[in-house]
Amino acid sequence: MSTETVEKAIEKKPAEALLSKRRKRLISDPLVDDNPITIQVLGICSALAVTTQMKPTLVMAISVIFVMVMSNLVISLMRNTIPSRVRIIVQLAVVASLVTLVNEVLKAFAFDMYKELSVFVGLIITNCIVMGRLEAFALGNKPYDSVLDGFGSALGYSWIILTVAFFRELWGSGSVFGLPIFDYVSSIFGPDFKLATNGLMVSPVGAFVILGLIIWVQRTKTGYVEH
Amino acid sequence: MQQSNAYIITFSVILTVVLGLLLSGTSQVLGPLQKEAEALDKKKQILGAVISAEEIGSMKAEEINAFYNSHIATVVVDIEGNEVTEQGGTPVTAESVDIGKNYKKPVEERLFPVFIFHEEGNAEAVQSYIFPVYGAGLWDAIWGFVALDTDMNTIGGVTFAHAGETPGLGARITESGVQQRFVGKEIFNEQGELVAVSMQKGEGKDYTGEPHKVDGMSGATITANGVNDMLSNYLGHYKAFIDSKKSSTTLAVVN
Repeated sequence: MSTETVEKAIEKKPAEALLSKRRKRLISDPLVDDNPITIQVLGICSALAVTTQMKPTLVMAISVIFVMVMSNLVISLMRNTIPSRVRIIVQLAVVASLVTLVNEVLKAFAFDMYKELSVFVGLIITNCIVMGRLEAFALGNKPYDSVLDGFGSALGYSWIILTVAFFRELWGSGSVFGLPIFDYVSSIFGPDFKLATNGLMVSPVGAFVILGLIIWVQRTKTGYVEH
Repeated sequence: MQQSNAYIITFSVILTVVLGLLLSGTSQVLGPLQKEAEALDKKKQILGAVISAEEIGSMKAEEINAFYNSHIATVVVDIEGNEVTEQGGTPVTAESVDIGKNYKKPVEERLFPVFIFHEEGNAEAVQSYIFPVYGAGLWDAIWGFVALDTDMNTIGGVTFAHAGETPGLGARITESGVQQRFVGKEIFNEQGELVAVSMQKGEGKDYTGEPHKVDGMSGATITANGVNDMLSNYLGHYKAFIDSKKSSTTLAVVN
């Protein structure tokens, strides 16, 4: 069978530095210039749904980082053996298995988190960012590069949802990571003073507003225009 | 590159088996831990009807287990209020009764566990009776626990949970702000008929003087109706038990 043909073309070159300029770009590009959420506008569903509070958002971010790094690694390792006609299903199977692993671990060790996130952890399977990176990068690149690429994209996703969650929790519930910031601030100004929270921020609409603002600020700074 | 069908099929089979083994292995290893977490979660819900959410949140897993063991006694009854200790030869305990599964059976065959909240270590000094309730919300099942004070009339507290209500709308039944609205309400009217309590349509009205009405949830009327049905159904199912406790307490007062 003609499966092991592509790989052997590369001759011995001087080994690339562990974090060469090109590899650094693999991580840094998705953070701002090619951010999966704000530029590619992928993964919006979970960005809206899980970001009412910081804690579940952090768990979600860690889960996505784990799933993306591992799936990129596995797919990249298998890239020369995966039959191209069923590659999407193979990717799906790998991602789904990893997500199920995350779900099982959460259920055993963080049941409250599992209850809060359950549906959305499952939905990582269909998160376009994961499949997108597998299809666009991991299928054609070496494992180490693929891991860096997955890590970069997942970080790009994570910092955006954490930022959204920070503002939504602060303005919607008056707290950060469950710490009642608004109560502290209010108490400085005397007993009658009370900072009001905004109910809009607790509903998904709030996430749209914050996300829109982030995209606006970012595109003003980078000068990015959609073609 | 094109591969033969045989290669693709072999590849798929190997992949399926490897992933399947991985997942079932994990499930086997983590299964006991997950069962434990589920049982703990149920205890938290039961205790949530009588003590505040903050208090539960500040307790560690072992503390919750210890508190539960020293404060909760259980009994299982049938629709007529008779105690059930075994069914088909197997002993029945309140913790092992699956309310969701029982919900699918005809009412006469269901088992109804009661969790009795008492003073520490003293099962005689009952403080409240906690009844599990179960019903249907808008999208999926809803359930909860209702604590009745020893007068068997006043609601001491409730906890609700849901499988898939809309976040921000029906899912608000899990918020303590909504659950607090039930505290102090009464389930029997002045004629002694069981009327339970019902959430009203609309939100923001004051129902302080009305013992059977609770402020509703804006935008979640169907979930609220589900809660109402669940409460009146299950309090009705427990009525025989409630009446028996009621008469014994009145007797005690008369004596």
